[in-house]
Amino acid sequence: MLAKRIIPCLDVRDGRVVKGVNFEGLQDVSDPVALAEFYNDSGADELVFYDITASSSGRKLFADTLREVASKVFIPLTVGGAINEVADFDRVLKCGADKVSVNSGAIADPSLVGKAAKKYGNQCVVLSIDAKRDGGIYRVYAKGGRVPTDLDAVEWARRGQEEGAGEIVLNSIDTDGVKGGFDLEMLSDVCAAVSIPVIASGGAGNIEHFVDLFERVKGVDAGLAASIFHFRTVDIKDLKRRLAERGIPVRL
Amino acid sequence: MIAVVDYGVGNLFSLTCSLAAAGARAEVTSDADRILSADGVILPGVGAFGDARDKLRFSGLESAVNEVAASGRPLLGICLGMQMLFERSLEYGVHEGLGLLKGEVVPFRLPAEYKIPHMGWNSLRFVKDNPLLRYVKQGEYVYYVHSYYASDCDDSVAAVSEYGGVTVPGLVGKDNVFGTQFHPEKSGAVGMNILRAFKELCEAK
Repeated sequence: MLAKRIIPCLDVRDGRVVKGVNFEGLQDVSDPVALAEFYNDSGADELVFYDITASSSGRKLFADTLREVASKVFIPLTVGGAINEVADFDRVLKCGADKVSVNSGAIADPSLVGKAAKKYGNQCVVLSIDAKRDGGIYRVYAKGGRVPTDLDAVEWARRGQEEGAGEIVLNSIDTDGVKGGFDLEMLSDVCAAVSIPVIASGGAGNIEHFVDLFERVKGVDAGLAASIFHFRTVDIKDLKRRLAERGIPVRL
Repeated sequence: MIAVVDYGVGNLFSLTCSLAAAGARAEVTSDADRILSADGVILPGVGAFGDARDKLRFSGLESAVNEVAASGRPLLGICLGMQMLFERSLEYGVHEGLGLLKGEVVPFRLPAEYKIPHMGWNSLRFVKDNPLLRYVKQGEYVYYVHSYYASDCDDSVAAVSEYGGVTVPGLVGKDNVFGTQFHPEKSGAVGMNILRAFKELCEAK
């Protein structure tokens, strides 16, 4: 039986890990390589790196960081940020990424998902969705949560699957940074609409929020969080022991 | 030296890094002479069977791989590389494999609630002794990404994982020919222990 996955997410700018609260007010936390090794040792099942750099010098630094992480940490690595064309997949896969996460790039050109899936396999393409309740839909936002679109998250997730995405990361802007728990409602609606794995993101504040996620959202595969892990509010070993206690399959 | 066969499929960065971390001297090569002079050989692989099989054939390295297997030196196929060790695959048509192990590769047919590919961490159950499992404990988790699996391979299957009612061969081996359906280079400390056991096996031969 597959284990439910616990995934720390590292936002990287200029070679350093940063984490926004509601996407604003970035705060420097730590060295990405040291953090990655720490998470690997504490039982993280996978790591997600988002490149939030805007400059090309930052992009080069990110590639170096990624290569160093991939040469030391032997668990699956997903990379996102600034993925706008198939060549961007190639750029990060060469540095040791296993999966590539697209967000705004897929909104601008939905065929990007299919093109990348054809070239690298569905398992390699992750569609990352930022969504927020607005106007009676789960409105999808582009550009790191700043630009509203006409898309609904449930429809967009389904479309992503049709195009060839192998996995969905659903980040609820409504719950992100609030630490009041995952957006169980939005997650349930998206999980019911697709048959590919869904990773929950946004809102985890303590261990019980992960228990709620896996017990109440049918079909959700993984829980992703950033600051609660970076600031050691939640220890991944403790979290997994608690999940195992509740009968949720995890890799201990 | 362990030769990692480079026949133009997939990214070998993680594999070479993890072999180095396991203490192995590894060389990625598309040179048949290097493969034939290695202490052991790893056949990696990702993508579709037919395509990878053609690439191996047209790279001219297939006979070197077969020769290594016949010589008694350790050969390890990983993921699609493992699938190619079998007699045939039914992925998009019927494709002939290397036939170094008995069995065939078939698609998952699973109840709707089980997702394909079988992707993620699954636990191993041992069914037979195998030297690559010497540092692994029953129940430990390894990382899989695949949509097809080896069947009718009782002859070689050493460790399995359960998924959607299918008993998935995770690690296979007969004499000096081994395969892992999972990715040891992505399976954390457990994967590292398997690569270390393979390295020791290569050194011992």
